[in-house]
Amino acid sequence: MVGVIIASMVGMGIQEESKGMAKPTLLFLWLFTSTGQLFSFVQFIGFFGPLIGIFLGFDAINRERVSRTLSKLASQPIYRDSIINAKYLAGVTTIAVVLVGIVLIISGLGIRLIGVVPGSEEVLRLAIYLITSILYISFWLGISILFSVVFRSTATSALASLAIWIFFSFFVGLGAGFMADAVAPISQSGSNVDPNVLIKHEEVQRTVSFLSPMNLYNEATTTVLDPTRKTTRGVVFVGPLERLSLSRFQTPLPVLQSLMIVAPYLISIIAITFLCFGVCYLAFMRQEIRTV
Amino acid sequence: MIIETEGLTKKYRTQTAVNNLTLQIREGEVFGFLGPNGAGKTTTLLMFLGLTEPSSGKVRVIGFDPAREPLRVKEKVGYLPENVGFYDDMDARQNLRFIARLNHIPDGISAKKIDELLEQVGLFEEGKKKVGTYSKGMRQRLGIAEVLIKEPKLIFLDEPTIGLDPDGTNRMLDLIHSLSRDRNITIFLSSHLLDQVQRICDRVGIMIKGNLVAIGPIQELAKKKLGVEKEHYTLEELYMKYFKEA
Repeated sequence: MVGVIIASMVGMGIQEESKGMAKPTLLFLWLFTSTGQLFSFVQFIGFFGPLIGIFLGFDAINRERVSRTLSKLASQPIYRDSIINAKYLAGVTTIAVVLVGIVLIISGLGIRLIGVVPGSEEVLRLAIYLITSILYISFWLGISILFSVVFRSTATSALASLAIWIFFSFFVGLGAGFMADAVAPISQSGSNVDPNVLIKHEEVQRTVSFLSPMNLYNEATTTVLDPTRKTTRGVVFVGPLERLSLSRFQTPLPVLQSLMIVAPYLISIIAITFLCFGVCYLAFMRQEIRTV
Repeated sequence: MIIETEGLTKKYRTQTAVNNLTLQIREGEVFGFLGPNGAGKTTTLLMFLGLTEPSSGKVRVIGFDPAREPLRVKEKVGYLPENVGFYDDMDARQNLRFIARLNHIPDGISAKKIDELLEQVGLFEEGKKKVGTYSKGMRQRLGIAEVLIKEPKLIFLDEPTIGLDPDGTNRMLDLIHSLSRDRNITIFLSSHLLDQVQRICDRVGIMIKGNLVAIGPIQELAKKKLGVEKEHYTLEELYMKYFKEA
């Protein structure tokens, strides 16, 4: 459903964007990154993907507790950690199926409607994108399972997960802006801005905004899916000649190069995902099973 | 001995839930574990199952240490918690099949067994109904069926008759009694419904504030404590006597 809506939006978007281009390169990836009328598929997943994770996990453990099945489960001949592992893996599997499904639907519609066929490079980029997305959503799954271990009531754990999601996805971005303004203020009217202040402003904003997993994920995936993006920095100082050469020779990067640019982001996402599951695992294993 | 403990102690931060418990349960007996709420009965059961680690002391259940080899214990020991829960959106058969799978019983074998068990606990007709629609008594009987599916040697029952109507209580007690008599399953029953315990238990242990204050056959305890012979006492008198002393 979502896939179909996005595909149709993207279809229109691509038509507009590719107008006047002699020979568009890597058109297939545009299916996922072009904004269409509202947002692109990638933005959509970055924004609402965490919700899938949260909904899959927020009542994982405390529902078993409330319905008093947890102590029964724990008294069966299975290791205690297999309960939490199974909860997590079941969630990850569901996420993977959903994401792969949507991507396949969009690809299929793309091939059918616009007639673009993906090359091996594009398929590889998509695969990296998928793995990153699965990890990213699994991070939110981990957060919500953690809350379901900590809180006894399902409503509390759902609200706590949502609060964390809203805070890290939206408020960190705002906070980064304020912080940067405070540390390195740029006057609005001044035309002659000191480049050093500008750079500092940008650096502070970037550093703070990386507290948000959504930012990490967005930076990583847009770079992976857009071979023409050569850096993740927002502000790049270029001289006039450099600019000319950049616009003349805008060749796409090979996959490996794109990967190297986003490697720190990918590693961070992997790290927070595993860290989150680790905390969740420990919290569950140290808890008393009692039904009281 | 199917359960042996020595100096078993469980401490939660400041309070001692179970203090220096030494106890032996023989194979095939029905043992009643009595005590007021919060006396440490459930904690003791959880330690027997390896769901909680003892702070100190030794436990052996069916020959294994539950803290070190929990799976060996849980394979052969059934546990029916107080107010057991089920997956309410599944029917009785699906619930039983799920538990059978967790016990590594293949579906082909468990299907027949589930029929037998449902027959035995009197739920055969209702086997296809969602468990959410069951009455308290039916849930408790389904709980027994769930415990029996692994063919246990020993069953822990935590307040098995609480909240049941008189008819349900009777059926439950008969069922428990027949398990011990016909299948030689050891029953460890924790309860504070004394008349019921008196009806079916061979021996009782009385636990108050984490201490086991008495253990033995009811008659013997009565003779020792109340100085009466034969049937001139109730377990309640005996229990209250211990309770007031403690």
